[in-house]
Amino acid sequence: MVENYSEMSDIQLDALKEIGNIGAGNAATALAQMVKAKIDMTVPKVKILPFTEVPDLIGGPDLHVVGIYFNVQGQAPSNILFVLDVEKACLLIDMLLGRIIGETKVETLDEMEMSAMMELGNILSATYLNSLAMFTNLKFIPSVPALGIDMAGAVLDAILAQFGEVADHVLVLETEFTKDEHDVVGHFFLLPEPGSLDTILTALGVNF
Amino acid sequence: MANIIQVGMADLKMARAPDKLMTAGLGSCIGICIIDRQIKLACLAHIMLPSSEQAKNADNKAKFADSALELLLEQMLKGGASQSRLQAKIAGGAQMFKFSGESDIMKIGERNAVSVEKHLNKHRIPILARDTGGNYGRTITFDAETGELLVRTIGHGERIL
Repeated sequence: MVENYSEMSDIQLDALKEIGNIGAGNAATALAQMVKAKIDMTVPKVKILPFTEVPDLIGGPDLHVVGIYFNVQGQAPSNILFVLDVEKACLLIDMLLGRIIGETKVETLDEMEMSAMMELGNILSATYLNSLAMFTNLKFIPSVPALGIDMAGAVLDAILAQFGEVADHVLVLETEFTKDEHDVVGHFFLLPEPGSLDTILTALGVNF
Repeated sequence: MANIIQVGMADLKMARAPDKLMTAGLGSCIGICIIDRQIKLACLAHIMLPSSEQAKNADNKAKFADSALELLLEQMLKGGASQSRLQAKIAGGAQMFKFSGESDIMKIGERNAVSVEKHLNKHRIPILARDTGGNYGRTITFDAETGELLVRTIGHGERIL
């Protein structure tokens, strides 16, 4: 029984990484269709980190970020959080809405722009969950997105707290988006609820 | 020369004047600041969860309100503080995400605040100031010299408690 990411073997990690690769490929295609332009996405880097290092990965607990959170129901209940620097989020909104780079401003984010961010979160989480579902034959039903724009530590801690009772580590997929010469790095967190990691690994045939 | 000592998530640190203690990005977490003004000894705990009783993994005492406070008291008394002189200031306990039909889990900030106050009362430590709740993050700096607690936010101002 695997309850904590820190107990996972290389094969188990590789399996989750491979799903990330396929998920990222699908997400890039979906994004390209949405914005009618080519947006490249790198193969995600997979990391297992203790809670305390998570804010530093994003740029420090003080950094102003956008967080898009999903609660996922089904046979293996999980949580998904997509976090990126608020400045970079504006850049991504420019890309998504076909604007001149630099047009979207942090201070004046409106409904339309936030909705574009949530849609992006939707695409990313749905594509990842689709590939996870394909490999595991498990059902995943994501909630509507919840958006938080604040300090990285603050956006993260409520979600990390749910796992605090059982674990000290999380799985992070680091993904980079590129359009023209502009890079945006986003962090995609997959946080299975207690017991779910075990269900997923069993379904993947790598639980030993 | 005063140092600013960083306290991470689920972490606890002690400082003597003129040093300051700081923890960044408190969302639903709570920063418990305790000081003995007479000897200018301060302690800051950044807790994530209300109680260690139900936890399967309670190795890190600083993660939970109840066990963090016990650890904090133990260290402060060892450092020369007197329990009767201790005073507290707390900040954090926000609710960062809102859902319709939200679960208890998402109300973790509120539960943290209730638990912290309950345990401070249990140990008879007066709460001089509190800045809890809301839906925004806080970065706090606790001055062991003056006992002042500086709370900074993004878009919700700055204040000294």
